[in-house]
Amino acid sequence: MVPLSWYLIFSAALFCIGLYGVLARKNAIAILLSIELMLNAVNVNLVAFWRYRYSEALNGQAFAVMVFAVAAAEVAVGLALIISIYRRRNTVVADDIDMMKW
Amino acid sequence: MTIEKIIFLVIAAISLGAALMVVTSRKLIHSALWLILTLFGVAVVYGILDAGFLAVAQVVIYIGAIAILFIFAVMLTRRANQDTGSQNNQYWWVAAPLSALLFGGLVWMMGSWQGYSTELPKLALEAKSGMLKQLGQLLVSPDGYVLPFELASVLLVAALIGAIWVAWDRK
Amino acid sequence: MATNTLIWLLPIFPLLAFFAIVLFTNRNKALSHTIAIGAAFLSWLGSMIVFVRAIQGNLPFEKAIDWMPLGADKTTHFFIGVQVDQLTAVTLFFVAWTVLMIFLYSVGYHNFGQPKGDHDHPGLPPHGAKVPDAHGHVHAVPSIEPMYSRFFAFIALFAFGMYTLVVSDNLLTLFVGWEIMGLCSYLLIGFWYAKPSARAAAIKAFLTTRVGDVFMLLGIAYLYSETGSLSYKVIFNEHTLEKLAEPAGFLGMSIAGLIGLLLFIGTVGKSAQWPLHVWLPDAMEGPTPVSAMIHAATMVSAGVYMVIRMFPLISVGWHEGGSLTPTMTVMAIIGAGTALFAAVIAVGQNDIKRVLAYSTISQLGYMIAALGIGAYVAAAFHLVMHAFFKALLFLGSGSVIHGMEHGVLHTGDHAVDPQNMFNMGGLRNKMPVTFLTFTIGGLALSGFPLVTAGFWSKDEILADAFGNGYWLSFIVLALAALLTAFYTARQITLTFLGEPRTKEAAHAQETKWTMTLPLVVLAVFAVAAGWVGIPEGLTGGAIPNWFHEFVAGTLAEHLPVLEFNFLPMLLSMIIVLTGLTLGWWVYHGVKAGQPDPLAKPLGIFYTWMKNKFYFDELYDRLFVRPAYWLADTFTNKWMDRGVIDGTLHTISRAAYALGGVFRNYFDLPVVNGFGDMMGEGTKSFGHKFRAVQTGKIQQYMLSVLVFAVGILFYYLLSLLKP
Repeated sequence: MVPLSWYLIFSAALFCIGLYGVLARKNAIAILLSIELMLNAVNVNLVAFWRYRYSEALNGQAFAVMVFAVAAAEVAVGLALIISIYRRRNTVVADDIDMMKW
Repeated sequence: MTIEKIIFLVIAAISLGAALMVVTSRKLIHSALWLILTLFGVAVVYGILDAGFLAVAQVVIYIGAIAILFIFAVMLTRRANQDTGSQNNQYWWVAAPLSALLFGGLVWMMGSWQGYSTELPKLALEAKSGMLKQLGQLLVSPDGYVLPFELASVLLVAALIGAIWVAWDRK
Repeated sequence: MATNTLIWLLPIFPLLAFFAIVLFTNRNKALSHTIAIGAAFLSWLGSMIVFVRAIQGNLPFEKAIDWMPLGADKTTHFFIGVQVDQLTAVTLFFVAWTVLMIFLYSVGYHNFGQPKGDHDHPGLPPHGAKVPDAHGHVHAVPSIEPMYSRFFAFIALFAFGMYTLVVSDNLLTLFVGWEIMGLCSYLLIGFWYAKPSARAAAIKAFLTTRVGDVFMLLGIAYLYSETGSLSYKVIFNEHTLEKLAEPAGFLGMSIAGLIGLLLFIGTVGKSAQWPLHVWLPDAMEGPTPVSAMIHAATMVSAGVYMVIRMFPLISVGWHEGGSLTPTMTVMAIIGAGTALFAAVIAVGQNDIKRVLAYSTISQLGYMIAALGIGAYVAAAFHLVMHAFFKALLFLGSGSVIHGMEHGVLHTGDHAVDPQNMFNMGGLRNKMPVTFLTFTIGGLALSGFPLVTAGFWSKDEILADAFGNGYWLSFIVLALAALLTAFYTARQITLTFLGEPRTKEAAHAQETKWTMTLPLVVLAVFAVAAGWVGIPEGLTGGAIPNWFHEFVAGTLAEHLPVLEFNFLPMLLSMIIVLTGLTLGWWVYHGVKAGQPDPLAKPLGIFYTWMKNKFYFDELYDRLFVRPAYWLADTFTNKWMDRGVIDGTLHTISRAAYALGGVFRNYFDLPVVNGFGDMMGEGTKSFGHKFRAVQTGKIQQYMLSVLVFAVGILFYYLLSLLKP
């Protein structure tokens, strides 16, 4: 049997890889990709806990469904924004979008 | 080392490997494709965890919609042609150790939790096949998650309208 | 009214008059002189009442108040008050009469009733006014003194000072009166303050008497420190005098002798004895009533009065017929010496008032010499007599000068000095009353035998000197008497006898009744007053020597009457008649424009005489110029500007520098710097800290993650600790 800890370690690793991608990648779309990784890691965590600790009710899965919806919405809006910025500024490099500086 | 463990290890290795490729690929389109593989791996993990519906939903929503959306976005922004040179920004050398540290910290923290090494319990639900029906009922019952469900719907509508509006080409 | 209360009032009347005139009636001339003369009259009336009661007995009248408790526990009490004994009574008598006469005289002297002058200025003597008469002729007439009320105010204050001095029962109030008179003499000598000579004379008088006053104050202080009191009752009682007979350790004198010497120096200043005689002739700059008041009736007499009063102190250790104490010897020498010295100078003076001034100095010398040889009663007697005839002479000379000024106004020739005797002559016809009274006064001064007061008093002094064997004093005083007679005859001859030497003298006119009445009254006293002191030996006891009996009662040790000797009286008669005749003989034929007949025979001595033996020049070199140097160069330039101002400037510079240091090294860098630092620091911090907001979202997330990881590990590490 696979202990819970393996799933937790797996989700932590996936999360941290996604975090690295968010922080270190230049391209804005790559950042969004990494965010998807992080969201998936969270979902894995949720489902693992549901299965190992609270499997009498389906609440864990319901929450995972919510996360799906949110992730989808967020990607849609995020990519729309990136497209819009690309049209204005002609760049997708995150570092170039620094109008909120001092 | 049971068979479940081996299967899990293989799937985990594939998913994590693909995730690493996502964050380190030079070409962006390769990152998107590697993401698809990662998402597949995660779907398999859902399957192992007896969450069949979620596995399917994962494939349909994430891979079928979101990943395709990513590929479209990559295609639409190709004019910039950023795929030469390093894809890492200025401070990647701070992010890497930091992520590693966070991973270490998380593992440590989880390790100090007493339920860490729980073994897989028996699935406490009545019938496997009835799980989908139960999930559906849970989502729309007033005692259940109808409110979050409706809110999620509103959110999706808002995202839909918002995305159209933001990305509308106003020429 | 009780006598003791009456005595208090005597000085108060003139004081009230002074304040009334100064504060209220200054503009109203008639009211001012009425108040002044009224006050003098009241004081005269009071003095006469006191005198009559004093003759009847029950002396001394005294009343004292506890003025000042002294000492830490307020046990010592300082009493001041009034006392009238025999000496005070006779002094009051002459002071009251002479003061009243002089006050009355001043009304006429200052031309009351005359119109205001054409260009008269307060501060200058009146110049006369041009008045048209009935026919339209313009006559120049004397004009009224512009500062008329001021004069009466001052002489009222003067009278207050003298009365205070006379009736006081302690040395302190005596000194107060003394100083008030010193002030008034300054004010009155310098009455015509716009004249530089008057101003200089006033300062000279004040400063010279001040020198004497300093020593007198030392004497008073010494006396107080030895006896603890200044009241006559305390210091003259036997016990105190015995204590004061101890040797003082200074030139072999007793304490009392030293005190007496110091007090005597005060008299040397006030009564113008040599060497402090220089102020009195210059004091003739003041109006003539002032000269009469100061130099006859009151001020100089006050000096002699004081030494007479202090006689018990001076004569501690002396008994009638014994050897003189050192102080008395000094007094005798100075007195007799001054008498002769001043008489010699008087012979060479041409100004009518100067002669009288030196005469006063000479007569005061007589009195002091008399005291010096122990002739207490003789000195007091001569004091009283001298006051009468000297006042008479001064007032008479004022009358003469007024007459001469009338002549000057008539001719209009202001270059002629109305006071120079060589411009006078023949005034006996023009001014008969003045002539008669002046002659009586002059004869009294010389000591004309039997019918004048001066004879009896002067003779008593000479008799005392002769009888007690003080040969040197006798010879000196006799010589002085000879010279006195000589210069008196000279004066009378030049002024009144012969023919007028100038047109001004020819046009002289007799003065008004307000001036001639006092002359007559004083002339009566000049003749008759001496008859109260006729020595008993002369008449064989038929006429008692009332004065001697009365005044001698002042002293504790009753002085015995000297055995009457006819020889000194005869000698003095011969001397007087010789002097008078000689004076008349030398001067009776002097014509206009002729020089003094004595000038050629005496040669260089005449020049010395005329120039007062150059004492003024000597004092100028010795004292006045060094004083000026001390004041101007040393004190003003070096001390005041150099040291004191220099110190102040240095302190201010140091303060300034210190302020600069504080400003530049503390205020600017620290205080301002701190303030600036707050602002600038915030600005520069903000400027530098802005760099955090790069706008790059990944960097923001990195910072969040750093802190999140930090907190996580902090939590984890805290779990580790047991």
